[in-house]
Amino acid sequence: MGKIWRISGPVIIAEDMRGSQVYEVVEIGEERLNGEIIGLEQDKAVIQVYEDTVGLTVGEKVTGTGEILMAELGPGLVGNIYDGVQRSLVTMKDEVGDFLHRGVRTYALDREKKWHFIPAMKAGAQVEGGDVIGTVQETGLIEHRIMVPPGMSGVIDAIEEGDYTVEESIALLKSNGKTWPLTLMQRWPARKPRPYKRRFDPQDLLVTGTRVIDYLFPLALGGKAAIPGGFGTGKTVNLQQMVRWSQTQLNIYVGCGERGNEMADVLQSFKELKDPATGRYLQEKEIFIANTSNMPVVAREISIFIGITMAEYYRDMGYDILLVADSTSRWAEAMREIGARLEETPGEEGFPTYLGSRLSAFYERSGRVECLGSPGRIGSATVIGAVSPPGADFSEPVTQSTLRIVDALYSLDVALANRRHFPTINWLQSYSHYADSVNAWWEKVSPDYTEVRNQALITLQKEAELEEIVRLVGPEALPENDKLLLLIARMIREDFLMQSAYHPVDTYSNPKRSHLMLSTIMKFSDFARGLAEEGMMVSEISASRIKQRISRMKDVPDDEIDQYVDSIRQDMAGGAASLEEGGV
Amino acid sequence: MDSMQLFTRQTKAISTARRSLLIIESIPGIRYNEIVDVELGTGEIRSGQVIEVGKNTTVVQVFGGVSEVDLLNSKVRYKGETLKLPVSPDILGRIFDGSGKPIDGGPPIISQKYQDINGVPANPASRMPPAEFIETGISAIDGLNVLVRGQKLPIFSGSGLPHNKIAAQIIRQASLKGKSEDFAIVFGAIGVSYDDAAHFISNLEETGALSRAVGFINTASSPVIERLSTPRLALTAAEYLAWEMNMHVLVILTDITNYADALRELAAMRGEIPSRRGYPGYMYTDLASLYERAGRISGREGSVTIIPILTMPDDDITHPIPDLTGYITEGQIVLSRPLDRKRIYPPIDVFLSLSRMMKEGIGEGKTREDHNNVFMQSYAMYAEGNYLREITTVIGSEALTDRDKVYLNAADRFEREFIAQDENSRRTVEETLSIAWDIFSMLPEEDLKLINEAYIKKYLPEPSRSE
Repeated sequence: MGKIWRISGPVIIAEDMRGSQVYEVVEIGEERLNGEIIGLEQDKAVIQVYEDTVGLTVGEKVTGTGEILMAELGPGLVGNIYDGVQRSLVTMKDEVGDFLHRGVRTYALDREKKWHFIPAMKAGAQVEGGDVIGTVQETGLIEHRIMVPPGMSGVIDAIEEGDYTVEESIALLKSNGKTWPLTLMQRWPARKPRPYKRRFDPQDLLVTGTRVIDYLFPLALGGKAAIPGGFGTGKTVNLQQMVRWSQTQLNIYVGCGERGNEMADVLQSFKELKDPATGRYLQEKEIFIANTSNMPVVAREISIFIGITMAEYYRDMGYDILLVADSTSRWAEAMREIGARLEETPGEEGFPTYLGSRLSAFYERSGRVECLGSPGRIGSATVIGAVSPPGADFSEPVTQSTLRIVDALYSLDVALANRRHFPTINWLQSYSHYADSVNAWWEKVSPDYTEVRNQALITLQKEAELEEIVRLVGPEALPENDKLLLLIARMIREDFLMQSAYHPVDTYSNPKRSHLMLSTIMKFSDFARGLAEEGMMVSEISASRIKQRISRMKDVPDDEIDQYVDSIRQDMAGGAASLEEGGV
Repeated sequence: MDSMQLFTRQTKAISTARRSLLIIESIPGIRYNEIVDVELGTGEIRSGQVIEVGKNTTVVQVFGGVSEVDLLNSKVRYKGETLKLPVSPDILGRIFDGSGKPIDGGPPIISQKYQDINGVPANPASRMPPAEFIETGISAIDGLNVLVRGQKLPIFSGSGLPHNKIAAQIIRQASLKGKSEDFAIVFGAIGVSYDDAAHFISNLEETGALSRAVGFINTASSPVIERLSTPRLALTAAEYLAWEMNMHVLVILTDITNYADALRELAAMRGEIPSRRGYPGYMYTDLASLYERAGRISGREGSVTIIPILTMPDDDITHPIPDLTGYITEGQIVLSRPLDRKRIYPPIDVFLSLSRMMKEGIGEGKTREDHNNVFMQSYAMYAEGNYLREITTVIGSEALTDRDKVYLNAADRFEREFIAQDENSRRTVEETLSIAWDIFSMLPEEDLKLINEAYIKKYLPEPSRSE
């Protein structure tokens, strides 16, 4: 046991700490504040404290727990809300009220709740780490697979169906003459990646329901992406849309240093919204970490690792997980603050020199893997990190370090936000390296996917070039074929890329629907070119009802969209005559 | 958490006095961040705060600076507590300085209850999403950038722009639609000129709002360190009124730029490594510790709504102060110098302004069913008119079509009739919406694509074909 020697903000130095280890969790002072050793020198330990240090005094005791920071993993995670060090905020609300006082400790998993365990094997079975020994129905959507913790092996004994708390023994594991109880819960050091058999290249589309992402810049299951954007570009709305609608089995939302009201809004909406695929409440497939901007800074640093550890744990069950971290910039700022307190030599803009490696340590834990143990299963963890560049300047260190790691970039554009074009993902600056790998997936939905996507991207690119000319000479001075291109580009932007998060139909667009919409616009492009060649003015084409009907596609419900699009296409097949009839 | 001590300790062992810092010999029991008294040789007593405690030495930052501190006769006395505000219903109608002392000539506040001015973060799981429309009577806000209870919505201004006038108008007019109850007003003036502070107070007096208001005034000539405590005192008072007295509280903090500059000044004195433009790296977190005190708590009656005002240095919205603020707050009201030059009051830049909570606060049962449609259409119309105005400067108005000219005209009317209004005019949200509809009637009806057809039938006035 040691004593406080110096206090400086969230960092304290304790003396008489011989025998401690780096990253060991310690308890500080009368209130037993939580902290973590981040450095040792002789008998002194440098400790980052996960709670406010106001009022601490030199000489107060510091006690090591002998353990490094562990995430608790087991049934009861889904639907819960945690702070950065995995204390359940729901339990804290019930036990200590509406405000977060210091020194409160709660378990991540409820110790009293009983879960119904159904064994998947009998006594006498030989098992190793990762083997599924049984299941618990955690929520209506999640079947929690109880696995032998990695690294353990032996013979199963005394396994029985029944109701258990997370601490009670559900089976015994015998190995080398010793017996270990197995429980529904396991613990894993948050900073250490969980093992798997082997890793695959991502190849399946992660359906997010956001058209510009799914169609133009697709994200693959097991991939890693970043969303940088200045304030007001709708970063948070974008991320919320992704965790709302992504067709994964489980989503984890890490609110790291962000707004409390927004967090409240997310929590509220997940109680009310239903998953489009299953019709069940979204809350049944979400885990939340809410370390808002006014909560202790140091806990931000670990919150991201707690989140990714939970993601890996469910991945190991063979599920597809999406983890969203909002915002990695606040996370980096927390590191900067600690670094400054430690008087480390700073790198760019005061950020620690290990910023890049810490960011990779996080993003690299994504991936699509073959899980340990039997039955054989494949799981994936996809990671999306928001970046909040100061002044929307993407040349700053966090954005730049992130870009070197991720394979997809969704660049949010202030100019688009000012034009109220949402989502504000800029189609000229964004990219996805997964576009090629998910091609095969897309072509099963629609064989002409690649062609339609390329056509659209080329049209948008040409529009950007023409815009420059328009600024000089005005739109009226352009030749007709350029006017037509501008018209089509505008339709792609307004009738396809723009998508309302608040419209009940438009908020989620399944892949087939997205394809129908864009391919109809591209068909209209061919149709209109035909008309223009016959001498029709672009202004006339633009005023046609057929174009108006295309612009209403967004609002047409899923069960009517096929018919709606069919009728548009039939009318287009009628050529110029169909415009003249006036009914079209 | 509070550790009151019945005895005090003091030391005369001061080894260094430089800028605002004293380095003193540590005495057992001194607590991190506690408030100490520094007694000068002359007998004058100043407050200070412990900013670093070590086994041998302790660093104290002195509020009011170290001028006249001498190393021989000055003393530092520990009290064992952090800065607290006495709270009771009697704080209403009172004016305090940046250390919480009354400056209105009234008696000190007697209370059993002292609240730490740093507050305690609300549990995110206990928060309730803000959703109740506040009618400010200002069309550019009520129509396009709706403020709701529990929101934090800053005003980004520039020097010389009428942000104080707008804030005063909001204080006078803000009410919850359909209810008569008034907001309690908490006013925190940070480093403002004496005249500005006096103006605000007399404004409150004239409208009779002073009896339901509390002011904390740190003028430009008061100690710099109190610029950090002023908003915290104000927010502590607001939280007390909201969470314990069940009141709806509107907090005006002006000017956050002075606050941030004080933060920078004090950080530099401590020799901290600066981040962008010399501001400390933790400025985001520090500002968040203020702004995040806005909100609603489920099961509690009151609310804390915060309108921080800041002047953007050189009107630059990417400057760290507006930038970091914008990342924390739920939108921003941005004032525009070009509009101000055109004598448009309030000169609110509709394109840069935004309220993230708007969707939750409007619509049927809250404002009116067509509100969101009107908002989107107004925005699209004004944006198109503005774009045309911009290209007209390059290509001349000759190249415009008749339709384009209608839009140019509509954008002008939108500025003059919708955005502009008198300082004393209080428009209901229905009045605001009908002004927009009136302007829509200039446009070809098929252009009203963003509005539900049923609303067009119901609200669009018969077009006046006089043009």
